[in-house]
Amino acid sequence: MISSNLLAIFYLISGVLFILALRGLSSPETSRQGNLFGIIGMAIAISVTIFSVGNFSTGFLYLLILMLIGGSIGAFIAFKIPMTAMPELVAGFHSLVGLAAVFVAISAFLNPEVFNLGSSGNIKIASLIEMSLGAAIGAITFTGSVIAFLKLRGIMSGSPITFFGQHYLNLALGLVLLGLIFYLCKTQVETWFWMIIIFSFLLGVLLIIPIGGADMPVVISMLNSYSGWAAAGIGFTLENTALIITGALVGSSGAILSYIMCKGMNRSFFNVILGGWGAVDQSSSNKSKEQKPVKSGNADDAAFLMKNASSVIIVPGYGMAVAQAQHALREMVDALKKNGVKVTYAIHPVAGRMPGHMNVLLAEANVPYDEVFELEEINNDFANCDVAYVIGANDVTNPVAKSDPQSPIYGMPILDVEKSKSVLFVKRSLSPGYAGIDNDLFYRENTLMLFADAKKMTEEIIKNL
Amino acid sequence: MEIDPFIFRLSIFILSIFIGYYVVWSVTPSLHTPLMSVTNAISSVIIVGAIIAALAGKNGNIFDTANIFGFLAIVLAAVNIFGGFLVTQRMLSMYKKKTKDKK
Repeated sequence: MISSNLLAIFYLISGVLFILALRGLSSPETSRQGNLFGIIGMAIAISVTIFSVGNFSTGFLYLLILMLIGGSIGAFIAFKIPMTAMPELVAGFHSLVGLAAVFVAISAFLNPEVFNLGSSGNIKIASLIEMSLGAAIGAITFTGSVIAFLKLRGIMSGSPITFFGQHYLNLALGLVLLGLIFYLCKTQVETWFWMIIIFSFLLGVLLIIPIGGADMPVVISMLNSYSGWAAAGIGFTLENTALIITGALVGSSGAILSYIMCKGMNRSFFNVILGGWGAVDQSSSNKSKEQKPVKSGNADDAAFLMKNASSVIIVPGYGMAVAQAQHALREMVDALKKNGVKVTYAIHPVAGRMPGHMNVLLAEANVPYDEVFELEEINNDFANCDVAYVIGANDVTNPVAKSDPQSPIYGMPILDVEKSKSVLFVKRSLSPGYAGIDNDLFYRENTLMLFADAKKMTEEIIKNL
Repeated sequence: MEIDPFIFRLSIFILSIFIGYYVVWSVTPSLHTPLMSVTNAISSVIIVGAIIAALAGKNGNIFDTANIFGFLAIVLAAVNIFGGFLVTQRMLSMYKKKTKDKK
């Protein structure tokens, strides 16, 4: 047994270590050390909690066994998961945090004496509010993340599912939830508590189904944020500093990432959350299907162009992840560098299915991170570059975003690919991207379309270099 | 008049949000994916609640419904802790600089 004051100090220390863990991520050099801080913080929090409970009988044995089981599953997944599956892994992990929060809240509700929250049927009002908020947000995180996981994994279609009155239904559900929390506090009846959890599960599903595949970066960041708020809610209930600090950190981290992603698409947060973007605009793209001349080429042409260029910028997108083309891409770049070509990479903030998705894939393929640049850093370089190699990106290169105020993507920051002397665009067909609009770039004088799978085309080019 | 301890916790919460805000803005965009996996790992500190829920039973009985939920939460959080930190470690070990990588 250790005193509660000492315990609180230890929790504070873990909280500080978690802050340092995030601080480390400001540069790749310090990031590994940061992760170590995070691990130490977690180890401290877990060990002091076990000591504070001071129950080393059979229960402790079960605890060790269960942690071992969970830990082995986690470790197994962490080592086996391919880097391209990172978005669904993160979504899956969020769902676990959400569900764990729900379980802890249930446990606290059923056995409040253990946490000093009063007695069953007579729990402190403040604690009731905190635990029901924690449980509700946790439940929304759980089902929402499960839906996001299914969509990212391709088990469920990535297209938005919308129906009439959807947003009003969600609003109504939200109000019902608030009402239930109110009645729970007033009556302390267990039924209300279970209803809160069930309604929150339902709300989590309904919130995520209308959001389409390419908006997943926002969804994942948002769920990340929710899992933080759920942890903070439980932290207030359990009067635990480590949980409160961590919840606040994770909550604001997810919120900032959502903001960055929304800004990358020039859309408001609510516009994304209310969903159904891709579904609405498909009709308008179909009617403007006039025949425009397109220049298409083969790997030989592409190899010739790039070999004779002095600088090449690679623009990767989700298509590269789907085709697993990152390793082939890196080989191509190596071959080009041998020919004295200067090669850099340009990453749009919303490229891929989660924040930083492309960077991880390139890192996996051993691309040094100081050759990879963000939109603002590199956008001016396109004007001086000979070839832009667009692999698996589409909407983020569409010049319409700058020229046509009617376009749904108008105002979205794009990579100025069209300014480079020539553009090589690897794509399987001329079909529009996620936004459902035609890419003007396909029909430009300086664009050469390479119709093929991203990986196969890149491999072909290597052969021709 | 004494201040309710809740206010202290609220202060910690609000200040931590601000710390989170500034710290996360300083995270380089290329590390946003590891940021998500590491925040996921640290939010599993909810395991401390699960441990108390599981082990501190009424009259020493640890197989009450409340305890069972605690044990379940321990498994879920453990998956996250190990999975989250290890996958972050694996990702971060891939980020290399040009100079180091020269063959």
